[in-house]
Amino acid sequence: MTKYGKKSESVLSIQNLTIPLPISGDRKYAVENLSLEVGRNEILCIVGESGSGKSITSFSTMGLLPKILTPSNGKILFEGEDLLSMTETKRNGLLGDKMSMIFQEPMTALNPCYTVGNQLNEVFKAHRNMSAKERKKRSLDLLREVKLPNPEILYTSYPHQLSGGQRQRIIIAIAIALNPSLLIADEPTTALDVTTQAQILRLFKELKDTHNAGIIFITHDFDVVAEIADRIIVMQHGQIVEQGSADEILCRPQHPYTRLLIDAVPRKTKVKCKIDVDKPVAISVENLSKTFITKGGLFKPSRIVEAVKSANFSVKEGEILGIVGESGSGKTTLVRCLIRLLKPNDNSKINIGDLDFSNLSGSALRAERKNIQIVFQDPYGSLNPRRTIRELLIEGPVNFGVSKKEALRRAKKLLKIVRLDGDILNRYPAQFSGGQRQRICIARALAVEPKILIADEAVSALDVSVQKEVLNLLNEIKIKFGLTIIFITHDLRVAAQLCDNILVMKDGQIVERGSVEDVFEAPKNEYTQKLLAALPGQNWEAPSFV
Amino acid sequence: MFVYILKRFSSAILVALTVSIISFSLLYLSSDPAAAIAGENASGADIEAVRKFYGFDRPIAVQYFEWLTKAIQGDFGESYYFKLPVSDLIFDRLSITMKLGLSGMIFALSFAIPLGVIASIQPNSLIDRFALFLSVMGQAVPSFWLGLILIVVFSINLGWVPASGTDSFQSYILPTIVLGYYAMPAIMRLTRAGMLDVLSSDYIRTARAKGLSKRSILFKHALRNAIIPVVSLAAVQMGFMLGGAIVTESVFALHGAGYLAWESISRNDLPTIQALILIFSLFFIVFTFLADILNVWLDPRMRLN
Repeated sequence: MTKYGKKSESVLSIQNLTIPLPISGDRKYAVENLSLEVGRNEILCIVGESGSGKSITSFSTMGLLPKILTPSNGKILFEGEDLLSMTETKRNGLLGDKMSMIFQEPMTALNPCYTVGNQLNEVFKAHRNMSAKERKKRSLDLLREVKLPNPEILYTSYPHQLSGGQRQRIIIAIAIALNPSLLIADEPTTALDVTTQAQILRLFKELKDTHNAGIIFITHDFDVVAEIADRIIVMQHGQIVEQGSADEILCRPQHPYTRLLIDAVPRKTKVKCKIDVDKPVAISVENLSKTFITKGGLFKPSRIVEAVKSANFSVKEGEILGIVGESGSGKTTLVRCLIRLLKPNDNSKINIGDLDFSNLSGSALRAERKNIQIVFQDPYGSLNPRRTIRELLIEGPVNFGVSKKEALRRAKKLLKIVRLDGDILNRYPAQFSGGQRQRICIARALAVEPKILIADEAVSALDVSVQKEVLNLLNEIKIKFGLTIIFITHDLRVAAQLCDNILVMKDGQIVERGSVEDVFEAPKNEYTQKLLAALPGQNWEAPSFV
Repeated sequence: MFVYILKRFSSAILVALTVSIISFSLLYLSSDPAAAIAGENASGADIEAVRKFYGFDRPIAVQYFEWLTKAIQGDFGESYYFKLPVSDLIFDRLSITMKLGLSGMIFALSFAIPLGVIASIQPNSLIDRFALFLSVMGQAVPSFWLGLILIVVFSINLGWVPASGTDSFQSYILPTIVLGYYAMPAIMRLTRAGMLDVLSSDYIRTARAKGLSKRSILFKHALRNAIIPVVSLAAVQMGFMLGGAIVTESVFALHGAGYLAWESISRNDLPTIQALILIFSLFFIVFTFLADILNVWLDPRMRLN
């Protein structure tokens, strides 16, 4: 795009914006001396890892910063007028009208108490003088424009009756209601399944042309960037480290940080290492089903949900099996049954080696739990904040009869393996970043010397560069300990990088299985094909810098 | 919506029936009712005669259904102590308790909710601190002491309002304040906490990004969500205020139903106690039912799931 730099074309121009952080912050400025321009008909992607200041930039443009953050310097010119020196009333008049925003979490971004129609109507009510009839007509038109089915029914529906993707479309409809010149989207597809993401991204590309707007699209995902960006800004620690056209940044990045980020993007192909076919089976699952029956009340009929339907698979020692599926596909229920946090249906069989794990109970079950350990998705919620790392790491082995001294020796060794210093043992989880916490979680799981490690979306909450490190770590551990890993993810690219074999789940059933190559290069099932087609950034092959 | 109300209504009826069984069984839990009525010096024959006369010799189920049928028609029998029909006795006093309870609740809500909202807009501000002070006081100060102090200041020293009785609406002013102040802290704190929670939610951010007015954000979007738990709390508080106003009623010599309950318990006047238990529980049930309906109207998730 050549529009960049032409002042007359720009919708938004941020000049030397500086926002100081409170004294307790980990750096001095949230955003430092930041300047950028957004033109009409342009999608500007701001990329950066968490804490890079990309959201703060967009929030300050919209005037949505929390009170403790106030810009100390700089200008935010919107169509030539400085938003920061404008009266609040005037600025409020622009919001939702000339400039609007779409947020990351569609599930909570709509008020649960009001209908979709009511919340759409509000924008017209606040900014235009329109009859009720006209408002309704415009609202219905908007619902059609964002390609929602049955606008008339949706108009009177409440947010909780709709899916995440539908809700995000409604948020988009609200944002484009009055033809804004500037549209800011903060990670709008991060919380969505890959097929829904593909549809929303397509919608954004259309909006750029039909509404003649400048779009700021904030994301951490380079594949999404490759899909829609005209121009890219890369941010780190509150500063712009590199900017340029999509082609320049994606294919010829200059700055080392940009290179690092792009290098960490999961590649679509994997360097293949053959797994040993003769290895014994570590865990096998026969006819594993889990049916949830919610007991009906006096006036409530009981509900039966078959979360997992008759799953069969086996994993060999030293193999990494990926289980892939969208939200609601039953993968988490499957895992919970595997580690017996849930009791599977009666005729289900889970064998760990020769041991029938599915029928154990009480103390026998407890004793065998050390064979199979899990690392959860959210590293922030899965460590007890009031216990030191030492206590967290030795608790497991001590429970299974290892002496404290031996457990501590093991903990120190494991910390070295997950590349954390031994002297962190007296610290608390809150003192670590997400990536470090996930390493601690992995060390905790390994502390009882399990045969099988389950990673349930264990890298989904992490930044790409951290994600890459954790993936490498898992691979290393597998080789070092001969561990069997079951890796649950919704992200096909991550699965392709790490796993040997793949199961694809949909609605509680395994719809496709096979080696990574077979599943990704020649998918047989229609659903797998759909999932792969929905991956963003298909036309971009991340460059290599080695 | 209709189905939901019907369900709620039927469970309310079931709860009411359960309560009626419990309050009926009081008769047998306390002691042999015939012996109690006949008095300490009665002979065995006398007690048998009383038993026959009151029908205590029949099967319990029969007695229960007879009692219930009469109770539904408003006939709770005769008070052992006052020798008057229980229904007459309660009817007079209930209106006093109702007036006091309702005015106390209105007083509590009309202070607690605005105060909670203001406190939540500016947390840790002067007004928030003041609201916190008021609510801590309300929780710490016993009703009877507050009542006495108010009487000393406003009735005896200043002579603005009567100290006791039910002659005019002025007599209700002090009891209303005392009773209302008892209910206020919890409602205030819950409103404040709810508002703080809601104001930091994603949909309030969306509302701000839409450029809506402050008033619309605060009242349309925030308060409606924040008030939902407050409604349930207020219903329970209302039940307490009707049944538990005994202290306030005795301080201000208001002869309401709470006072009657206290009298009947100390005199072992079983028919009156039974009737009061049933009526107070019915109040709880009715207010909870009304709160459910109000919440269903406020929160569509409850009616559409």
